[in-house]
Amino acid sequence: MPLYRDEAIVLRTQKLGEADRIVTLLTRTRGKVRVVGKGVRRTKSRFGSRLEPGMHIDLQCYEGRNLDTVTQVETLDAWGDTISRDYPAYTAQGAIVETCDRLTEEHAPAIQQYLLLGGALRSLAGAEHDPGLVLDAYLLRALAVAGWAPSFHDCARCGDPGPHRGFNIQAGGAVCSVCRPPGSAAPAPETLVLLAALLTGDWVIADASADRHRREGNGLVSAFLQWHLEKQVRSLRMVERV
Amino acid sequence: MYEGVVQDLIDELGRLPGVGPKSAQRIAFHVLQSDSVDVARLADALTQVKLRVKFCTICGNVAEGDTCRICADPRRDLASICVVEEPKDVVAIERTREFRGRYHVLGGAISPIDGIGPSDLRFTELMTRLADGVVTEIIIATDPNLEGEATATYLSRLLKDMGIRVTRLASGLPVGGDLEYADEVTLGRAFEGRRLLDA
Repeated sequence: MPLYRDEAIVLRTQKLGEADRIVTLLTRTRGKVRVVGKGVRRTKSRFGSRLEPGMHIDLQCYEGRNLDTVTQVETLDAWGDTISRDYPAYTAQGAIVETCDRLTEEHAPAIQQYLLLGGALRSLAGAEHDPGLVLDAYLLRALAVAGWAPSFHDCARCGDPGPHRGFNIQAGGAVCSVCRPPGSAAPAPETLVLLAALLTGDWVIADASADRHRREGNGLVSAFLQWHLEKQVRSLRMVERV
Repeated sequence: MYEGVVQDLIDELGRLPGVGPKSAQRIAFHVLQSDSVDVARLADALTQVKLRVKFCTICGNVAEGDTCRICADPRRDLASICVVEEPKDVVAIERTREFRGRYHVLGGAISPIDGIGPSDLRFTELMTRLADGVVTEIIIATDPNLEGEATATYLSRLLKDMGIRVTRLASGLPVGGDLEYADEVTLGRAFEGRRLLDA
């Protein structure tokens, strides 16, 4: 049976049979894969704790007809373990891994999504920034990598240089007064500055932002994400904002 | 495909957790070859379990009356409650004969990706039980996985200002195992929870 070895981040797990789990992973070279961890729910399992959501692992599997089976796992970073002890970070992690699961396809390499996911989980585990900001930054960048980069400065329709007051999700972001469709939002200018900073990784601006702009920005990001995914991200409603 | 009732039985058995089509077929033919008395006993047990078993109004454990036998037992310590995810965890802890308090079954663990949040679990019922001030210790015995850990974190935060002693079951090395095979997370927690040996 062909064996392979890869680095991966655990996205989610589902119980299978008596003591097994189906583990969904985003691997560095093979994209998203679903593997079986045999006996990992038993207390004596040698690698049960390594196959928990949010863990960064080095694994070896053998290919099966339907699902591959894990034979060896080593922990590279136990991000999930650290994150689970901080409830707001845990809820943010849930939304991050669910979004990643939705944005990636099985067996389609997605190195940018992999690196982005790793960066977001590392940041959550290290408590580098407010978990809500890390989540929003991840969502914006993951959408950008998937081809849905929003515009927060120039008009998303005509390209007219901004800043603009209008924001329309269907149009793709900020809209000028000429292109502005009816029903567009009019967020505070500081909110658009915050979102642009999250998209580009300008953490000095993001960390200094006010709570009301973070709340407003979060609403826009959530709506933007769900409109493009055409499906509700269940964990988003459970995210606890500090 | 088999005819009529045989196929119906295979289909119904195949809906049970962990039972695939082959296993369903094997069980169905075992039932066909069994004595009528044995089959009637099995059918009666299945019917009775649905008719008679309810959930305890106090702790959420399975019970045949309004309260389970643990909540109804006057010898149980009223000052401590052990919080578990599922009724089967109650049975696992009862087997140890180490705990003489009562239980509270949450009905699962917080898992945002599965759409399970705090409002889907029995946290409100637990807080109601604590309102009279009799309980002095809460032992959190959720599963030692990340969902269980996050649920414990959430619960300890809820109980922080209530003046109740909140403890968590220790995580560490399994008895009978070799240290070299322990994973980093388990070994790390074993170090965190190390205890002083009395000489």
